[in-house]
Amino acid sequence: MTDLLTPFHYEYMVKAILVSGLIGGVCAFLSCFITLKGWSLMGDALSHAIVPGVSLAWMLGLPFSVGAFVAGILAALGMGWVKHNSRLREDAVIGVVFTSFFALGLLLLSLYPSNLNLRTIIFGNILAISDPDILQVLIISAGAILILGLKWRDLLLYCFDEGHARSIGLNTRFLHFLLLALLSATAVAALQTVGACLVVAMLVTPGATAYLLTDRFGRMLGIATLTGVLCGVVGAYASYFLNGSTGGCIVVLQTVIFLVALAFAPKHGLLAARAQRRAAASA
Amino acid sequence: MPAAIPPLAIEVTDVTVAYANGNVALQNATFTLGAGTICALVGVNGSGKSTLFKAIMGFLRPAKGQVRIAGRSVEESRKQKLVAYVPQAEEVDWTFPVSVWDVVMMGRYGHMNFLRIPRTEDKRVAEECLERVGMSGLKDRQIGELSGGQRKRVFLARALAQKGRIMLLDEPFTGVDVQTETAIIELLRALREEGHIILVSTHNLGSVPEFCDQVVLVNRTVLAFGPTEIVFTEDNLTRAFGGVLRQFHFAQSTIQEHDGRTVKLLTDDERPLVFGKDGHLEYTDRLGREKLVKKREMEVGE
Repeated sequence: MTDLLTPFHYEYMVKAILVSGLIGGVCAFLSCFITLKGWSLMGDALSHAIVPGVSLAWMLGLPFSVGAFVAGILAALGMGWVKHNSRLREDAVIGVVFTSFFALGLLLLSLYPSNLNLRTIIFGNILAISDPDILQVLIISAGAILILGLKWRDLLLYCFDEGHARSIGLNTRFLHFLLLALLSATAVAALQTVGACLVVAMLVTPGATAYLLTDRFGRMLGIATLTGVLCGVVGAYASYFLNGSTGGCIVVLQTVIFLVALAFAPKHGLLAARAQRRAAASA
Repeated sequence: MPAAIPPLAIEVTDVTVAYANGNVALQNATFTLGAGTICALVGVNGSGKSTLFKAIMGFLRPAKGQVRIAGRSVEESRKQKLVAYVPQAEEVDWTFPVSVWDVVMMGRYGHMNFLRIPRTEDKRVAEECLERVGMSGLKDRQIGELSGGQRKRVFLARALAQKGRIMLLDEPFTGVDVQTETAIIELLRALREEGHIILVSTHNLGSVPEFCDQVVLVNRTVLAFGPTEIVFTEDNLTRAFGGVLRQFHFAQSTIQEHDGRTVKLLTDDERPLVFGKDGHLEYTDRLGREKLVKKREMEVGE
C-alpha cells in the first residue's frame, strides 16, 4: 500500500504530476476547438515549428516560451501567406512550412548547443522541469483558460459558421489569430511535458474522444478536459512505476481511452453503429 | 436634429468583382430593391449568384462600383445587423455538436454583450422564432438528427432571430419537402408584408412566379431586373441560361389533340415527366416514335 504513495515522497514527482494534469487539462479544453475547426494537422505543424524559436530564444537570453510562441505565429503566418499566394493545397503548404521550421530548429540546436538539449525539446522531460519553467507553464495556462472562458462562444461560432460570424459583425480575422495564438501558446507549454513530437496528441486526442461520446458542445468540453487532466495525472504517476517516458505514458493512456470510446461510445461508437445496422436489417 | 433614417433598400451600382486568381465573377452589375419585396436571384451555376451575395454581405470588396444598404456602406450596415444570411445546406457541418437551440441563439450573438450570455429578451426572441418556423418541439435535437426540411427551418429561425430587415437565402428549396417549401414561402410572404427585403437565389424556375414579385437575372452581370411579369420572359430566360435550360415543346412532343387539357406535367427541376390523357407516358419528340403516335390515334379514333 505504502508503495503506491512513494511517488509523492519525491518533490519532482509531485511537480510533474501536477504540471502534467494542468497542461493536459488546458490542451484538452483547446482540443475541442481544434478538432471541430479541422486544425489537427495545423496543431502538429505548429508544435514542430516552434523548435527554432526555442533555440533562438536561448541565444538571445529570452525565456524559451517567448521564442517558441513567436516562431509558432511566424509559421502560421507563413502558411497563410503561401496558401493565399500559390495554387497549392493547404496540406502541402502546411507540410512544406512546418518541416522547414523544424529543420531550421534542428540545425540551430546542433550548431549552437544550448542548455536545452535536442532530446528534451523533441521528447520532453517533465521530471526535470525547473521552477521558472513551471512559472511559464502556469502563466500560459492561466492566460489560455481566461481567454477561452471569456471568448469560447465566439470561437465556437467561428468554428461552426465563419460566414455567419462575419455577417453579425464578429471580427473573424481576430478570432482566427486568437485561436492560432492559443494553439501556439499551449503547444509551447506542452512541449515540456511530452515534447514536440507528442504535443499534437494532447491537442487532438481528448477532443476527438469527447466528440465520439456526445453531441453537445458543453459536455464535449467537460469530457475532454476531464480526460486530459486524468491522463496527465495518472500518466505521470504511472511513469514512476514503469520507469518509462512520462510523455509516452500520458499519450498512450489518452489513446487507450480514445480506443474505448471508439468501440463503445453509446451513439457514435463502432458497436453502436453495428447494432443500428442489425436493427435496420431485421426491421 | 437627428439624421433622418434612410428607407430600407439595396442598391448595387456598377459592381465588378474579381477574385485573386484573376477570374472576373461579376461585371458591371446594377440593380435596386426597395422595402417589402421577395426577389428571386436567377442564373446558372457559376453565374455570380454567390458572388453577389458575398458582395452584399461585404465579404468581397468590389474592384469597381459599390453596394449600399439603406443608404450606408456594407460595413456600416453590418454593424447595424441589417443583413441576415441563410446558408445552403452543403455549407453547414451537420455533425457539429450543437443543438437547434444553440444555432438559433447564435443569431442573437450580435445583440448580446461581450461574453454572449443570453438575456431574457434573447431567449424570448429565440423561442418566438422557433415557434414561427414550427420547430419549438425539436429545440434540444442535435442538428444532424433533423430532416432536410427541418434543417432549413432551423437556419431560417436563426436568420429571423437576428432581426435583420434584409434576408438572403441561398437555394432554400433544394432537398426540402413540399410542406416545408410551402411553409417557407408563407413565412417569406409574411416578412414581405412586414417590409423586409428578401433575396432568394434559386434554380427552381417554376416556383419563381408563384411567390417572387421581382426577379434579378444574372449571368456574370445583371441581365435584367424588375417585376416578375416583365423580366421573367422566355427571351430573358434564354439569355440567362443559353442552351442549358431544359425544354419540352408540346407541339414537337408525342402529346396529341386527344390529350386535351388533361396533360399532367411532373418535374423535379430537371426534365419534366409528362403523362397524357389516360396516364400514358409522353415523349419529348415525335421523331422516331411514329408507330406509337399511330397506335394512340387508332385507340382514340382521331
